[in-house]
Amino acid sequence: MAGLLRYWRTLKRFWGSALASQMEYQLNLLIEVLAMAGNLAGSLLLLWLIYGRGQQLGGWSLDAALVVLGIYTLLDGVSSTLLRPNLGAIVTQVQQGTLDFVLLKPIDSQFWLSTRTLSPWGLPEIVTGLALAIWAALRAGARPGAATILGGALMLLSSVVILYSLWFVLATTSIWFVKTWNVTEVLRAALSAGRYPISAYPAGLRTLFTVVLPVAFLTTVPAEAILGRASGMWLLLSVAVATASLLFSRWFWRLALRDYTSASS
Amino acid sequence: MAIIRAEALSKTYRVADKQPGLAGTLRHFVQRRHRDVAAVKGVSFTIEAGEMVGFLGPNGAGKTTTLKMLSGLIHPSGGMAEVAGHLPQRRQADFLRQITLVMGQKQQLIWDLPPLDSLRVNAAVYGLDDATARRRIAELADMLELGEELTRPVRKLSLGQRMKAELLAALLHQPAVLFLDEPTLGLDINAQARVRAFLADYNRRHGATVLLTSHYLADITALCPRVLLIHEGGLFHDGSLRELSSRLAPCRLVRLELEEPRPAADFVRYGEVEACDGRDVRLLVERERLTEVVARLLATLEVRDLEVSDPPIEELIGRLFRQGAVT
Repeated sequence: MAGLLRYWRTLKRFWGSALASQMEYQLNLLIEVLAMAGNLAGSLLLLWLIYGRGQQLGGWSLDAALVVLGIYTLLDGVSSTLLRPNLGAIVTQVQQGTLDFVLLKPIDSQFWLSTRTLSPWGLPEIVTGLALAIWAALRAGARPGAATILGGALMLLSSVVILYSLWFVLATTSIWFVKTWNVTEVLRAALSAGRYPISAYPAGLRTLFTVVLPVAFLTTVPAEAILGRASGMWLLLSVAVATASLLFSRWFWRLALRDYTSASS
Repeated sequence: MAIIRAEALSKTYRVADKQPGLAGTLRHFVQRRHRDVAAVKGVSFTIEAGEMVGFLGPNGAGKTTTLKMLSGLIHPSGGMAEVAGHLPQRRQADFLRQITLVMGQKQQLIWDLPPLDSLRVNAAVYGLDDATARRRIAELADMLELGEELTRPVRKLSLGQRMKAELLAALLHQPAVLFLDEPTLGLDINAQARVRAFLADYNRRHGATVLLTSHYLADITALCPRVLLIHEGGLFHDGSLRELSSRLAPCRLVRLELEEPRPAADFVRYGEVEACDGRDVRLLVERERLTEVVARLLATLEVRDLEVSDPPIEELIGRLFRQGAVT
């Protein structure tokens, strides 16, 4: 209990100091909002073109597809707020050797590296994404009941956990490939497939996005849950995938540390 | 009670053996060759609680590697280290609370923020309550002569101020064992002296054990009664600086100022003539013969002034490192 309290107090200090340093760069807010608006407008235009001609994406109505886009936007916001600032910095910490300081602190190093900083400029994207998803779900005829809300929230949490674990595992590889590993871009490219319902893709890609890269669990499954049409099996599977990837990321980090601490100079 | 114990501590790195150029890169890609490089070879020593020990050696001698093994950042390839009753490489929380590592060329303070923000983070990580943290920050800031610098962004501090703030951050949890790797690197003479005075003061107040590496011998002479000299991965000397200098050069330097000029040949029988410039003579005399030689010099010559000293330790150690091989 005392241990948890210490982590909580540490987290508050982490984010307090991060906000303090970010406030010196207010212009970032404008840039991030503009970038989001551009991205969103592009995706909306594409959906409008497709559905305007009476076509459909993988059997999804326009409103249902907008739920997916909303969740994608929300996840992108979480990436800008938490994942990119923290996990993107792991490479630098390895290069500059400041990882040593983290490893010598009496605190879980994965916790430190994953939560050390926070960029508030992704928050508008999170709010916009959530609003879009809810608005589109209501238009698509979703009935907000306790089960739908709980299921949707659980699925969103799972998708954040899956995305985090995937990203963290890729960032961890920088321990071995210190120099030329630009993980962020690889992952962003893969994630951008999650803008549209998974069934809109050809069968081969669909399998890839479900089994190899869990893109389906990132946006499509939570969207189904919010729309109230996800089967219990998918919900369970999603939670299982989230738990497994989180555990895997912890195991993988320890594996990497073993190599780091036996080889670094 | 020994707080640091190293027994036959060794570290071997496996490095890629790659020829330069594209061809070399391709060959390396197809058939990887590795070479084992022994950075530390069977080093043994013990350090008692409260001691200040200097760690000397040329670049690449294995000083940093040893410090990293003792602080638990890297695993030894052989032998054993024990610090504060723990195996360092396990990095148990109880062990980490008792040690600190300061590296002159790396910094833990956040660049964009005042040191105080980083200090508050450290206080939370080490589970210090606000009152304790405030009291310790005040005490250390006072000892380090840090004031408003703590509320200025780190990027706007001078190198000396930044190093002092780094020390503050590293000592906030009151560690019992300090591993300091080049803590005065790049500082000007004044800043070096202040850091030195602080470390001595801290050691007196808290009885902390300090293991310190430095390129500046002045740091070691001022702070460390005991010196470990590591050379080509092995421990060459463990004892006082004075013993080290007598080991490196079992001679003392005798300077004479004579009334009348004398030729160098007159002094050959007393020892090694370093310089003979008419009236001024510099002689290296073996320690055992020193009193006898001085007595004979005074008896047979008209001496205006006579001075006996140790040859400068920097020169002796420098000579050792340049020679490479050690007898």
